[in-house]
Amino acid sequence: MCLGIPGEIVELHPEQPDLAKVNVSGVRRLINIGLLSDDPPKPGEWVLIHVGFALSKIDEAEAAAAMEFLEGIGQAYEDEIAALRDSLIE
Amino acid sequence: MRFVDEFRDADKAHALAAKIAALCEPGRQYKLMEVCGGHTHTIYKHGLEDYLPESITLVHGPGCPVCVIPMGRVDDAIHLASRPEVIMTSFGDMMRVPGSNGSFFDAKANGTDIRMVYSPLDSLKIARQNPDRQVVFMAIGFETTAPSTAMTMLRAAAEGLTNFSVFCNHVTIIPAIKAILDSPDLRLDGFIGPGHVSTIIGCRPYEFIARDYGKPVVVAGFEPLDILQSIYMLMLQLSQGRSEVENQYSRVVPWDGNLVALKAIGQTMELRPYFEWRGLGFISHSALKVRETYAAMDAELLFEVPGVRVADPKACQCGEVLKGVLKPWECKVFGTACTPETPIGTCMVSPEGACAAYYNYGRMHRSRVPEVVQLGRRP
Repeated sequence: MCLGIPGEIVELHPEQPDLAKVNVSGVRRLINIGLLSDDPPKPGEWVLIHVGFALSKIDEAEAAAAMEFLEGIGQAYEDEIAALRDSLIE
Repeated sequence: MRFVDEFRDADKAHALAAKIAALCEPGRQYKLMEVCGGHTHTIYKHGLEDYLPESITLVHGPGCPVCVIPMGRVDDAIHLASRPEVIMTSFGDMMRVPGSNGSFFDAKANGTDIRMVYSPLDSLKIARQNPDRQVVFMAIGFETTAPSTAMTMLRAAAEGLTNFSVFCNHVTIIPAIKAILDSPDLRLDGFIGPGHVSTIIGCRPYEFIARDYGKPVVVAGFEPLDILQSIYMLMLQLSQGRSEVENQYSRVVPWDGNLVALKAIGQTMELRPYFEWRGLGFISHSALKVRETYAAMDAELLFEVPGVRVADPKACQCGEVLKGVLKPWECKVFGTACTPETPIGTCMVSPEGACAAYYNYGRMHRSRVPEVVQLGRRP
């Protein structure tokens, strides 16, 4: 849970402005973007995600670097992606 | 790949290493603390210590939220979870942390309803699906995670959910750093400031370290070049006799932090008078509890919590490791009785813990191991 994982915003939730669908390594799930309500991310933008919440916007270079760092740490990242896959945010 | 090379270029790393070495005063020893467990991970994965002169020691700090939870709190949580009406939800990282009578996983195997969740928000769906049960979220983490709990509480309140509550164990990083600065055991020269925590709290809260203690702080990113760059910035300050807070990770960390997140925390939580940290003992105003206006979501008020203090196992020296007084390999049980498979202490449980990082990257003893140098372009 300590990890910040990069995800690309795919679409905003049509009814709930706090939610957006993101793509993290091919896994598409809803996350909460309420912490960025001062400057909400748009589809195509990247965010750093922590336990289902977007913490900050990042650029694509940062996202790629963060992703490779995460893939390199192995089990902890696999656990995080597995947890994200099972997430129940709605 | 083009993107990643920007943060991993071996030539740049060697150039930075040379600049760092040039700033070392002959005969002076430097101790720099990386506060965050994520940084510890980068340092060992890439063998960054091998890029540094012998006179610079990196000391690992208390910034692993799983590692600092005392055994008594694990016991309290299991006690809460064992009530028949309660469903406890927890992050996966917490599941293997040993209490005095086993971990969450052990309790779950014995029939206690503890469910692993990815996000505190997952608990709300479980609460909606189980209106006749009480869903208690085991909230842990520093300021990185506290806003997620806060936003979840606000959402539950907005929905009018009455069967969701929080067992709040959120801790705050600044009092822990202050406790380390005030500890007579350790003389530090500067701090590599935590990255993700700072996206929330910003850089200002570290100013007292520079102002009152005269130590430089550089908030750092998680790439190997980020860490080397931050060490260079610290060494430059030290060589010029400056002590300031600088932000190396400005591409992610805003100087003022995330005001929406800070407001959500302030709305739902308040500081406790004191809280026990594993290894560091009781620290004043170092943790958060649910604010009185949200008392209906405070599991500590809704249910009886024993609040028993449990001493750490005698063999375990996590406390000294968390304070940076001992290196993991100096602990008697490191890598023998205590391994990631059979952890005795929290520092070996969490993937962010210093002991787990040392163990996983083969740092079993004092000597620097040149073979572990992995930084550089990949084939």
